[in-house]
Order: sequence, then C-alpha cells, then structure tokens
Amino acid sequence: MNRCQSIAEFTGWQTELKAAWDDTAPALRVCDGTGCRALGSQKVLAALREEIAKRKQDTHIEVVGTGCPGFCECGPLITVLPQRISYQKVKTSDVPEIVEQTLMQGTTVERLLYTDPQTGEHIRLEPDLPFYQKQKRLVLDLNGKIDPTRLEDYVALGGYSSLARVLGAFSPDQVIAEVRNSGLRGRGGAGFSTGTKWQLCRDNASKSGAGYVVCNADEGDPGAFMDRSVMEGNPHSVIEGMVIGAFAMGIHQGFVYIRAEYPLAVENLRIALRQAEAAGLLGRDILGTGFDFSLSVRLGAGAFVCGEETALMASIEGRIGEPHPRPPYPAEAGLWGKPTNINNVKTWAAVPLIISHGADWYSGIGTEKSKGTLIFSVVGKINNTGLVEVPMGVSLRQLIFDIGGGIPKGKAFKAAQIGGPSGGCLPAEHLDVPMDYESLASLGAIVGSGGLVVADEDTCMVDFARYFMNFTQEESCGKCVPCRIGTKAMLATLERICAGNGLPGDIEYLQELAEVVHNSALCGLGQTAPNPVLTTIRYFRDEYEAHIIEKKCPAKVCKGLITYSIIPQNCNGCMVCLRECTSNAITGAKQELHHINEELCTRCGVCREVCKFDAVAVN
Amino acid sequence: MEVSVIEINEIINREAAGDGSLIAALEEIQERYRYLPPEALILASERLGVPLSQAYSVATFYNAFSLKPKGRHCLHVCMGTACHVRGSPQVLDRLESKLGIKAGETTRDHLFTLETVNCLGACALGPIVVTNEEYSGQMTTQKADRLIKNILRAEAAT
Repeated sequence: MNRCQSIAEFTGWQTELKAAWDDTAPALRVCDGTGCRALGSQKVLAALREEIAKRKQDTHIEVVGTGCPGFCECGPLITVLPQRISYQKVKTSDVPEIVEQTLMQGTTVERLLYTDPQTGEHIRLEPDLPFYQKQKRLVLDLNGKIDPTRLEDYVALGGYSSLARVLGAFSPDQVIAEVRNSGLRGRGGAGFSTGTKWQLCRDNASKSGAGYVVCNADEGDPGAFMDRSVMEGNPHSVIEGMVIGAFAMGIHQGFVYIRAEYPLAVENLRIALRQAEAAGLLGRDILGTGFDFSLSVRLGAGAFVCGEETALMASIEGRIGEPHPRPPYPAEAGLWGKPTNINNVKTWAAVPLIISHGADWYSGIGTEKSKGTLIFSVVGKINNTGLVEVPMGVSLRQLIFDIGGGIPKGKAFKAAQIGGPSGGCLPAEHLDVPMDYESLASLGAIVGSGGLVVADEDTCMVDFARYFMNFTQEESCGKCVPCRIGTKAMLATLERICAGNGLPGDIEYLQELAEVVHNSALCGLGQTAPNPVLTTIRYFRDEYEAHIIEKKCPAKVCKGLITYSIIPQNCNGCMVCLRECTSNAITGAKQELHHINEELCTRCGVCREVCKFDAVAVN
Repeated sequence: MEVSVIEINEIINREAAGDGSLIAALEEIQERYRYLPPEALILASERLGVPLSQAYSVATFYNAFSLKPKGRHCLHVCMGTACHVRGSPQVLDRLESKLGIKAGETTRDHLFTLETVNCLGACALGPIVVTNEEYSGQMTTQKADRLIKNILRAEAAT
C-alpha cells in the first residue's frame, strides 16, 4: 500500500480496488469476532484453510475472517459466497463436508442450516434469515463482509470516500450543517444533537486555538457489546468519522478511549490506525490537503465510571477516573483544559454514511425526533441472542419476538431491561412501545448504550434491581456523597428485602432515596443509578410486596425466601444430589428417600440441577 | 514469577519516551507480572514525574490493577446481566465453595485466583467462565466442577 499524496490518487486507488472486488467468486466468510471465537471459530478458520489447501484446487477459494455479523446465538457462523449460504454452529468436524459438498459439488449441507423454530424448515441463504430480514443494517453493514484487518476491503466497498469528498469539496461549516440536518443524536445514550455539539466545540476550539476529539469506546454496560463489535469488525469507519469530525471542528489531535477488556477490538483498532496512517488517510497532510490529524489509543483500566465523559477525560490525563461537575462542558474546557468533543463509537461510525448518502437520506429513517438506526444487543432469556440494528421507532415486540425469536423453552416474557444499569425495566404491557429516545424516556427507561436484557418468568425483579444496584454501588467512584452513600443505602435495603427481612415502608424509603440520589449525584452514573429500582417498583410493585409482606419470592430466586425439599414420590434414592451437595445438607442411603436439612442447606440449587428425576422442589 | 527491576525500568522508560502515560505504563507492568509490585509504583512515580500518592491512587482505583500477586490459574466469572439471569451467581457460588475462597481472592497454594468480571460481551454463551483466557460457555455448577478438576489434573501431570 502506497501513501496517497492527493485526493485524486486516493480516488484512483479506490476505483482499482472496486473493480477488483469480486462478489461472484467463491469464498468463505467466517465470523472472527469475540463471540464466535469463544465458540471456536478460529479452529474452524484454520481447518477450512487447511482443508482447501489440501485439495489443491485450480481456482483460488479465499477464506476470510470477518467481524461479527451479529447472530451470536448460532456461532460459529460461516457464509459461503457467492450464493451467501449461511452455515451455523459449525464445528471443525463439519469442515471436510462443507468443502467437499458445497465448494466442490455445489450442494448444501442441510444440517448446518438455520431451522425456523415455527415451521421447522431449513433456511438456506443469509438474507432470508428472519433475524436479518427485519433489520436495517447501516453501521453494522460491513461487519461480516470485510476483513477488518485489511484497509483495502473497506476502501473497495466505499470506505474513506466520504473523507475524500469532505476534504475536497466541503467547508467545515458545510460538514457540520450536514451532520446537524441529518438529525444524528449521540449514540452514547444521552441523545444530544451531534451537529450542535460539534458547532459548540468548533467555536471554542477556534477561539482557544487547540482542542481534542475523543471516541468513547469504554463500553461498560453489562449486556452491551455493539461498540466492541464495530471496533472489531469495522474500525476504519470509526477512524474515518473521527477525521471528518476533526476537520469540521478544526482539531488536530484525538484519542480513542477503549476498554482493555476488549483485546481483539484494541488489536484491530491499532492495526487500522497504522494502515490509515501509512495510506495517508491519517496523520500529517492527509491526502495532500494540508490537514493534520493524529489519533492515539488509550486503554481503559476497568472502571465503569470512565464511560462518563468527564471521568474519561481525567483517565486520559493519567489520573483516577473521577468525574467533575458540568459546566464547564467538555466543549468549553475538556482535556487539559482545551475544548473537547466526545462521541460514542456508533456516532462516529455513522458520520461517513451521512456524508456519502446525504443528510436527507439519514433523516428519512426513523421517527420525527429520533433519526437513523439504533443498535441493540438483545441478550438474556431470548432465543436469538445477538446484535440487531433497526430503524428508530420499531417496537419492543418486534425486537424481541420477530428478530429475537421470543423466549426460550416456551416461558413467558416478563420484562426487558433497556439501557443497562442506567436504564429501566419495561413490562409486557409496554411491548408495543416504539424504540426511540422520547418514548423510552416517558416510560422510565432510556436508549442508553442499547443493551437490552430480556427477563422471563424465572427472573425475580427485586433481585434484578438488587443486581443493578450492586453494580452501580461497586462502580461508584466515591467522590460525591449521594452516590457513594445513597447507592449503598439503596443496596442494603434491597439486600434486606431479598433476604426476607423487608419491612413495610421499604418501598417508600427506596423511592425517597432514589429521588435524592437522582437529584443530587454529581454525574450520570449516580443520577441514573436509581432507574432500575424505580422502574421495577413502578411495574412490579406486587413482587416487592410479596417479598416484604408475604415473605415469598414469586420467581423462586431469592435465597432467603426459598426452601429446597425432596418430592418423595419422585425420589428413587440415587445418591447423586447427596454426593454433589457441598454443605452436606442431604441425608439418605441408596434406594432410600433422601432428605434436605433446611438448616444446613445454602440454597445453591445444585441438587435440583443434578437430579434426573425432578425430585427436588423449590418453594 | 521473579520481579525484575531492570525489566520494569525498561517498560517505564519506553512509556516515558512516548506519551508518558502513567496508566499505560502500569497496564503494561500489570500484564507482565499480573500484579503491580511495589517497585513498579515507586519507579513509575520517579520516572514519570508524578507523586507516589498519585501512582498509588491510580493503582487502587482501577479494577485492572492488583497489588497482590495472582494465582497460576485465573478464573474469571462473568457477572454481566445476561449471565446473571442465566445463572452466573450459582456458578460463582459453586466455584467459591469448591476452592474455599471468595471472589477476588487467591488460594493459599497460589494455584487459583477467582475473579468476577462485568460483562465480556459474549452474552450468547452465558454464563461464561474464562480460565487462562479460554472461554467456557453455558456454564452450570457441574461444568464448573469439571473445569477445576481438569486444571488440577493438568497440574498433577506436570
């Protein structure tokens, strides 16, 4: 790869790459994202390469490791080109068959196809899968199509042409106007107009003569992994967006702040940065236009609060990640006191799309106030766990049932927790809520990071609230009293309720604390921490009351409120539970009825898990 | 693992020559030794020109850093929301009772360190336990037992 000295040179290179890109040639794309890797995709990749090499074909068949296409439930995923046959849950032992039957003879390996749970029919082609059909994949579009470690792939499919266009034909004001007119709002969760934010930062940066742009890739919400997926699968889209933004704001230095827990994303991002610099798309004198922009990586060291922008900046400066009050906003005084613009991964990645397709195109997607697409990670008690990109305004029901495939084992849907520890739980009665900023906020949830955790009838909502409060309490940096003490007091109350020691008035006490923490905490972490508690009280008050008044956990989760016992007619005295019990709470002899000693039982549930005869009851 | 002051010095010098980031230097040392030896904090503070108190505050604030040496095998139990609703608390309970330590602790023989992590983003596999960087998905208490057994067997064989 040569350094492009001018826009014309880049355009020429892109034209060559586009011409060479062949969608009709046989090839295999294997998901090489973290999810599929955890399921063994790297072994499958190696086996495929070996198997194909062994057969010494005349025609070269390329095996490409791609970013995550999102259908994590069915990984490792393979797409066979040119037909786009989708094989799922592929093991290394399936490899010879795939090569022999599909690549050599052109037939399909039926058992590796997706089976529609409703009709029982096999679905052969990737575009026909219900999981993808209802999606609108813009930011995630190239995930699963390109090798994220090859700049050429991204450029061949139109990458960096928006940057070239901006540098060649746009004034900074025109870029900002385009972004503002597109209606793009910050995808980190707060939903502030990106164009307006850029304008503020541009004005301040031009006054102070310096500034920074930052990509917030400190995706800490448990259950959200779309930022990781974009960084892993298409890092150049983020870099391109950042260079365009820096040009629009007249800024020459930037940082990507990324979680160290995402090693593959860090690796792919670093590769992409080196390539972009070598190609003249980043660094000094970008594409010969005289515009300089350098971008470096900062690794987060495992503190959730660093996702908050002022804490993130403190961390980049090498201090502990404590937030500070706003104002001053980063756009006024950010990193090292200079104007700073911080956007989320998905916001940056949307910018090149807006430039290439136009503001009108983008604002034509979504609802009146929420434009474009949203990416959700649909996880928990759901059949099709994965990453889903949909236009703003689709209903929660469509997300969970049409795309997510509903709840496993025929269980009933209970709630969806949207927006992580800062978000709220929505019950079945709100399944038809359109997913956009305003509608979710009106019900007490937020778009937030886009994490969507599905709970079924076996999930205890009080325990769920306790889980989130435990999370925020642990992650509270401790700087401000309302968050440090308030979350602790709320957690202690929830723990008491779950342990069976709830008192009348606890619900009101929680609500009161929630209000204080919400109104007086220093940063977003504390201000939003009560949301899971407030929404579970709002929609599942009966469960709280059952815990407090009847001393019962309806979902049979809270250890202080349940007991395990043996069902005499089912127990055949096989001794399995007795041997597995680590607290020696089970007595009995071979072929004799066993008995659980309630005093010794720790309610770990192992006996119930290992019993093959359904002889352990929980009440 | 032996702590080498020379090596720590090299890491810090490399960082001091570049961006001079305290966090980046400590991250590298943590990765090398899987904890931060006292020498690392003292040297980092001297070479990067930050007060020792700041180096200590950074080392104790971020979860990625540890001031105590870790065991030979690190078990990370994912406590993300998706794993939680799918039963990670039971898996953690089981590992705690089998190893006789609580999350965050190391066994006396320095063989195991048990830790929790707030979401690895491989939610389709939940509950997940990562042992020495290898993912085990859809964990149950029984699979957790086997995990420990396999490590012990491998240890006995060496």
